[in-house]
Amino acid sequence: MTGWLGALAFSAVVLGVAMTIVAYMTWLERKVAARMQNRIGPYEVGFPHGWLQPLADVAKLIVKEDITPRAADRLLFNLGPLLVVVPALVGFAFVPVAQGVAPVDHPYSFLFFTAFASLTLLGVFAAGWSSNNKYALLSALRLVAMVASYEIPMIVALLVPAVLAGSLRLTDVVEAQRGLWFAAYPLVGQASFGIFLVCALAEGNKSPLDLLEAESELIAAYNVEYSGIKFALFYAGEYAHTLAICALGATVFLGGYLGPAPVPGLVWLIAKTAALFVLVLWIRWSLMRMRIDQALRLNWLVLLPASLASLLAAAWWVVRG
Amino acid sequence: MPAPEIVEALRVRFGAEPAPLGVSLPAASLLAAMRALRDTYGYRSYVTATALERDGRFEVAHAVRDVEMNDTLFVRVRVQRDGAEIDSLAFVYAGAEWHEREILDLFGIAFRGHPDPRRILLPDEYVGHPLRKDFAIETPWGYRP
Amino acid sequence: MSASAVRVVEREFGELALNMGPQHPSTHGVLRIVLHLSGETVVRAVPSIGYLHRGVEKLAEHLAYDQLAPVFERDDYLAPTANSHAFVLAAEALGKIEAPRRGRWIRALVAEWQRIASHLVWLGTLGLDLGGALGGGTTLYMYCFREREKILDLMESLTGTRFHTNVNMIGGARYDLDAETAARSSALAAEIEAALPSLAALSGGTPIFRERTRGVGVIPKDLAMGIGVTGPTLRGSGIRFDVRRAAPYDAYDELPFEIPIRAAGDAEARFQVRMDEIVQSLGIVRRIVEGLPAGPIFSRKPLKNPKATKLPAGEAYVAVESPRGELGFHIVSDGGAKPYRLKISAPSFRNLQVVPHLLPGGLVADVVAILGSLDPVMGDVDR
Repeated sequence: MTGWLGALAFSAVVLGVAMTIVAYMTWLERKVAARMQNRIGPYEVGFPHGWLQPLADVAKLIVKEDITPRAADRLLFNLGPLLVVVPALVGFAFVPVAQGVAPVDHPYSFLFFTAFASLTLLGVFAAGWSSNNKYALLSALRLVAMVASYEIPMIVALLVPAVLAGSLRLTDVVEAQRGLWFAAYPLVGQASFGIFLVCALAEGNKSPLDLLEAESELIAAYNVEYSGIKFALFYAGEYAHTLAICALGATVFLGGYLGPAPVPGLVWLIAKTAALFVLVLWIRWSLMRMRIDQALRLNWLVLLPASLASLLAAAWWVVRG
Repeated sequence: MPAPEIVEALRVRFGAEPAPLGVSLPAASLLAAMRALRDTYGYRSYVTATALERDGRFEVAHAVRDVEMNDTLFVRVRVQRDGAEIDSLAFVYAGAEWHEREILDLFGIAFRGHPDPRRILLPDEYVGHPLRKDFAIETPWGYRP
Repeated sequence: MSASAVRVVEREFGELALNMGPQHPSTHGVLRIVLHLSGETVVRAVPSIGYLHRGVEKLAEHLAYDQLAPVFERDDYLAPTANSHAFVLAAEALGKIEAPRRGRWIRALVAEWQRIASHLVWLGTLGLDLGGALGGGTTLYMYCFREREKILDLMESLTGTRFHTNVNMIGGARYDLDAETAARSSALAAEIEAALPSLAALSGGTPIFRERTRGVGVIPKDLAMGIGVTGPTLRGSGIRFDVRRAAPYDAYDELPFEIPIRAAGDAEARFQVRMDEIVQSLGIVRRIVEGLPAGPIFSRKPLKNPKATKLPAGEAYVAVESPRGELGFHIVSDGGAKPYRLKISAPSFRNLQVVPHLLPGGLVADVVAILGSLDPVMGDVDR
């Protein structure tokens, strides 16, 4: 892929695919949640399964009035949604789809992915701060306290497959799972997969760790002052972020595109990502929310020591041979 | 109704007379009587406070309860209508605070020593005391129930 | 608080004044609490009520006794018949009117079904508060309301309306129970009893719920008595008082049932008390249907002119045990066709007074847990 025109076309394709998947994941969430609650979910729009619902939602949000509070910090207020959506979507570019094939195959793609995933933090904080609203501010402060804390065990747990594979290139990490998925490695792999899952809940602001957006306390929290297309970007960005984390988990712990032929690798990858996503949804729609001090205690006293221990164990195992 | 010895003790110490649902006290001895009821006679639970306007005077009745003996006592105090002021029980029974605020909101009776004498149910800037008998319900379009 | 007062608080004390305004998903109606926060910790809480004040006590002085029972059903709108029940009992006490046994048992039946329905709403909204509308709380909410729908359908077949059933009259009940509705009632009681364990597991059985409610909002006994909290809030603090046993009315002196008590005084204790109350109410409902006496349901002569009913002069205070606690009506009559003064002693008003004592020291997340465990209904608070 050479030339800036080719690069532009290429990114448009990746963006289009990613955004469509994100939009239809919202449909999936609403259906899964509804069935868990004894209801049907989207039904009318795109009868009989509501498959046009995401399009209707996006169309509605685009035509809504875009209100910026007079006292808000304009630059950060407008930057917030972008900082949430763009890094999440960029992450999709690193996921390998077939042997040795990824939209961007970089020697340090693993690191880039996690770095971009962390950038969404900045977007949320910018939104919470610039809204000039106490509820948004409380949410931004909780973000700094909680989500930033949960990043640490997540990255340490993610390093375990990198150590076991001996490389930071995502394609190598997937190839190293030809024998056994990293999530199935006794104790070390299983523990780090579990820690990763819990931290993925925190990253994606899903119950029981959705303190950021605790709707019953802080109402819509960091995006309370947003309307119209900016709100749509936040909404899409949150889903894209969760999906990106699920895709990373599927790639790094569940073997990515590996799976028996004749089913193509891309389908396996999407199936595994969707499975992780549905697992996250299942947890989200069943459990209640934790309190901030309980969530932080869980992080610093349980997840961090466990992830460090599994990283050390993985390193020792690799060095031993 | 409380045990006869309690009624007798209230009569002797505070000048209480029998009244509907309980006893009636002179306004001056309200505070001391309620403290005695709470500490000595076991009426430790607060129930509610009522006020009404009768024969040109206000009556305020505090209801307290002895949970163990299962008795509810209404202690009544009468004050004149204009410039009505009685002692607040907010520091004797914590639950009296909001009930007295409701009475001062709807009747306009002042409570001496109340920690927070603001209106509670009506907006702060409301003029008038609706539950007084001279306050007529009338809507702008002339409906009267 | 005015804007300048807020600035003073924030400058002088370094606290954040956060307004949980009348419009909020978790304040159980239009309740306003101004929270003074230091970080996430609540330092001071100032509740502000009156947003739903409708002047029902003043209105009562202008309407006839027989007209009034349905009006009061709009006070505590989650257990409507409890209000009219208390009013009707107070009027009967004033007028020395005795309702026939069958009428009294039917009134008790509807009251207990509404207790179960109200507790289901409480549980569902507690889930919403603790879990969020975009999370596990909604699942609990949907399940609770599904069960409640069945109860409302039963009420509809008994009285014609789902909710403000209008079944209480001075002198008896308005609607009679036929054999088919009685069978439906028993079948429904069995159904809800079967569904209860899953509701309990989805809430109290989860560690996160237990952690959110254990030790949160502890009401010590002295505070409970001094403030005058009532209902499950009182019984969750270890004080054994239930109006159905203390001053029995209608069928309750003939029906055996237990009063759940917990000593801990925290939100979890109140949760357990209410869950046990649902079980007890299901038992009462079953016994009422089994032992329903035959006979008339209304004891007065047919009312030619309901507005002309006069009650003798005097005063009466009668309370019922509504799902929120002791709901009492104090009626003062001057012998006329309208009450001279009518005072409603509302349980949610009494329970809400404990909020400024409970909230400080907890986190913002505890505010919703505490409010949910107190179960206030603003219609009851403001009347």
